[in-house]
Amino acid sequence: MPPSTAHGRPDPETSTLDLSRDGRPVSDRGDTVCVIGAGASGLTAIKNLVEHGFGVDCYERETGVGGAWNWRHDRSPVYASTHLVSSRPLTQFPDFPMPDSWPDYPHHHQLLSYLERYTDHFDLRRHIWFGTEVVRVEPVDGDRWDVTTRSTGGYGPERTLRYAAVVVANGHNWSPKLPRYDGLEEFRGEVMHASSYKDPAQLRGKRVLVVGAGNTGCDIAVEAAQQASCCWHSTRRGYWYAPKYLLGRPVDQVNDLLLSLRLPLRLRQWLYHRMLRLTVGDPTRLGLPRPDHRIYEAHPIANSQLVHHVSHGQIAPVPDVARFHGGGVTLTDGREIEPELVVFATGYLPRFEFLDPGLLGDGDGSGRPRLWLHAFPPNQPTLAVAGLLQPDSGVFTLTHWQTVVFARLLQARLARPDRAAAFTARATAGAGERYAGKVTDSSRHWFEVRHVPYLRAVQRALDELGAR
Amino acid sequence: MSVSNERVRVLRGREWARPVRPVRREVRGVTPELDEGRPPLLFVPGFGHGAWAFAEHWLEHAASRGFSAYAMSLRGHGGSDPAPEATLRAYTHDVVQVAASLPRQAVLVGHGAGALVVTHALARYPARAAVLVAPVLGGWSTAGVALRRNPAGTLPALFGGPLRLHRRQLFSRELPEAEARRHVARLGRAGRRAQWQLLSGRPAEPAVGRPPVLVVGSPDDRVVPPAALERAAGRYGSAPLLFPGMGHDLMLDARWREPIDAICDWLVKEPQRV
Repeated sequence: MPPSTAHGRPDPETSTLDLSRDGRPVSDRGDTVCVIGAGASGLTAIKNLVEHGFGVDCYERETGVGGAWNWRHDRSPVYASTHLVSSRPLTQFPDFPMPDSWPDYPHHHQLLSYLERYTDHFDLRRHIWFGTEVVRVEPVDGDRWDVTTRSTGGYGPERTLRYAAVVVANGHNWSPKLPRYDGLEEFRGEVMHASSYKDPAQLRGKRVLVVGAGNTGCDIAVEAAQQASCCWHSTRRGYWYAPKYLLGRPVDQVNDLLLSLRLPLRLRQWLYHRMLRLTVGDPTRLGLPRPDHRIYEAHPIANSQLVHHVSHGQIAPVPDVARFHGGGVTLTDGREIEPELVVFATGYLPRFEFLDPGLLGDGDGSGRPRLWLHAFPPNQPTLAVAGLLQPDSGVFTLTHWQTVVFARLLQARLARPDRAAAFTARATAGAGERYAGKVTDSSRHWFEVRHVPYLRAVQRALDELGAR
Repeated sequence: MSVSNERVRVLRGREWARPVRPVRREVRGVTPELDEGRPPLLFVPGFGHGAWAFAEHWLEHAASRGFSAYAMSLRGHGGSDPAPEATLRAYTHDVVQVAASLPRQAVLVGHGAGALVVTHALARYPARAAVLVAPVLGGWSTAGVALRRNPAGTLPALFGGPLRLHRRQLFSRELPEAEARRHVARLGRAGRRAQWQLLSGRPAEPAVGRPPVLVVGSPDDRVVPPAALERAAGRYGSAPLLFPGMGHDLMLDARWREPIDAICDWLVKEPQRV
């Protein structure tokens, strides 16, 4: 690796010049691995690959690390009040804890400083090429990859480098998903996606409709309850709103205590329902719809304040939107409401424009890669996706182990080719495997995972690759 | 190599569900005048000792050799908050917390039972390297040796009482009597549960990132017999670096300069990952 600084550093050292499929010159980077993105997933990929002895070039379109957690980035979805919904021990990287002086649920600026400290502690910046975006990633002979990059924004010439392997860590919370509604274009009020919601001042004094009951939707509804003149919260179905604390402890820690006692799912569901009934009470009494699923069968929502504000009449729960018209909104129960501002907290879509979807097992172009362990595409021994997960815990731990598995796989390709071949055969056979148990609306939530069965599968994969 | 062949444990339900309670920890640091890009050293004292044991000589000396050097006190020791119910896991947590708070990937240097804590911390933090100084890695043989050498001081510890080490176990005769007494008077005690866990001797999980490990000791150590040093070094595929004529507390004994110089020399040689 050339020693390099962020500015004015030399180009990556290259050995031989080759030509790409369409005749452009390609610089060969030998055994170096390419990591796309320097958010949490990309950073742990760099750290673990370097720790396993690999050279790494990481390309980051922004000028700083932290990806989605860096509020300075134009694609960052965080808003002023974003806090974690999983508690510290279940969120941090398994080998770099957050300071134990931090709160149970840190704020997003602490998350960014955590990722920056991780970067500097392990000296990762020297591997990252900032302000550089990846345009194309193409397979070449020998399971290698041609990666074409250019300056962010499309300035400057494109250049192509050849890598031994690629980790895709471009994140999945930056391309807003906006559902189609009849009459939305006639609607005269203001419409925004949650990705452009940054500050509660945007809600102040307005009549606000928040659509979506994910963790973001609930957060925005709570802020609207305090700032807006009136807040409707539209959800498609009833949900379990878990408080952030149960029995005086962070709720995910209570849940993992039950898990570590190895209680059967049914018993845990019964216990959880019982605890919620005793602490939060019956949600239907407040006009919230009855959940149509048992707990653990949908992505958990950790929000203590939503029910609080509903019970104070500051949030009016309403059903799904049927259609928009010039002056307002018709709901599916026939009610008419007249919001001035509609916030769609309807989620994000993963996008991999630089990569042929077929390489990720997405042959039909549905936009949903079919991977094993949500990371390893079929028949691609040198390609991995990191962090394409929506777990019921923090995601960093899971991404850390994904990248460790990939680093061990690349090691095994050199030292134990039989084990590496067996791994890829396993990945091909197991593409699309799920680790979520029963999930309502599972086609929409296709990368939802439960951390315990998922990590158990990761443990098996690690064991099969051999200790080191 | 027995250590790294063990399997990495990915599921850590108990650690997630029952995180260690935070305490205020004492950390003393000395930074060199010129930063030469060397990794920081974190000294972890053994049971009964605190950061003071390293602040006496080794911190300043390591800094004069170009290393920023930090010494911490485990909970219940030195200037850290009291923790009578501390466990080995809590001590490990303390070490990992301090290591992760340092600006760069650190070298962990554990002394005595602090070396055992370091071997556990290595499974939760990818250290740049590790040095085990006169390591007490636990098990009943540790208790056997201690009982033979100092029955009156050791017996109460088996029943949850304090372990009382004699100055002749810790220091050579070269160290002036008054200084030895001064050090022994500062000794505290480890948590009752941690003492028992030292006896049961649960082996550490494999170290993250396979850091190079150096074992340093003295053949005349009256706490750690030479065979235990050989065994500890053997775990990491090396031989111990020996300093004859010194007591257990190599960082306080009269010839404290030799081992710390050897450790710095070893680190300057840029040890490769084993």
